[in-house]
Amino acid sequence: MNAPQCVSADTWTVAGRTFSSRLIVGTGKYKSFEENAAAVEASGAEIVTVAVRRVNIADPNQPMLTDFIDPKKITYLPNTAGCFTADEAIRTLRLAREAGGWTLVKLEVLGEAKTLYPDMRETLKAAETLVKEGFEPMVYCVDDPIAAKQLEEVGAVAIMPLGAPIGSGLGIQNRITVRLIVEGAGVPVLVDAGVGTASDAAVAMELGCDGVLMNTAIAEARDPLMMARAMKSAIEAGRMAYLAGRMGKRRYADPSSPLAGLI
Amino acid sequence: MTETAQKLTISIILNGEERSVGAGRSIAAMLESIGLNPAKVAVERNLKVVPRSSLGEIVVNEGDKFEIVHFVGGG
Repeated sequence: MNAPQCVSADTWTVAGRTFSSRLIVGTGKYKSFEENAAAVEASGAEIVTVAVRRVNIADPNQPMLTDFIDPKKITYLPNTAGCFTADEAIRTLRLAREAGGWTLVKLEVLGEAKTLYPDMRETLKAAETLVKEGFEPMVYCVDDPIAAKQLEEVGAVAIMPLGAPIGSGLGIQNRITVRLIVEGAGVPVLVDAGVGTASDAAVAMELGCDGVLMNTAIAEARDPLMMARAMKSAIEAGRMAYLAGRMGKRRYADPSSPLAGLI
Repeated sequence: MTETAQKLTISIILNGEERSVGAGRSIAAMLESIGLNPAKVAVERNLKVVPRSSLGEIVVNEGDKFEIVHFVGGG
């Protein structure tokens, strides 16, 4: 590949849309809309995930997310978080499309509440239907290279394997399979879920991922704005390290100073 | 049917709750009557998405089940 000379010229493209930032952030769990908007700004993210929920009929004048994060400036990526069947997820995204005309969406179909692990049978089924209906689904999935291939075959525009369970902050548990997914994919691969701190995001990028999606790691940091900046730097550092090509690993020491000319 | 047509209010299910709304109103008018801006929400009627362009034309019927949604913060 043609490695760019600096990170600022290094873009990535999903479903024909090109972005500079490789960090996608969620908009859940923040203390306030103001804090949320400031964290998005600090992260440099150009895409945010959003959920689709019932409006509060009892109090229709409550402030809305769109009043704080402008969908004209930041790409909203509607997701299906909380859906446990293909039908629920499809229904949710049809509504999301009507709410704003989005075809680029994030699909996740969960298997159980305890682990929030994806149900791949339902996920594949939903992805297939959504593609037929003209959606461009970025798909949350298990860190399984075969499942990733199957998703790509049905038309997923991005593969988003978990690094660890949603909201766990445990970091990337299986670097081997994430790397295998990256090597086998013809569409962007983004680690989605499991990132706890900056080094986790850097690891994802060093493995060759196109980006990282995170929510809790920023929202639940003691200082979300500072963590958002840390994540931005980590993503850039990890990406540059990947492009630079890391040194080989050795089992024993290799001196950095010349052995010749020792006194 | 004549009886229904003469009713001043009809009963519908809105986001899981039963509500009375004025008879003969469009979905857009019904949303405005409860303080919602039709441009800021998405509407599903009886499990089918209603295109925003037709919210002003489709009349609310007795027993309709509506889901009115919008975007909220989420991962």
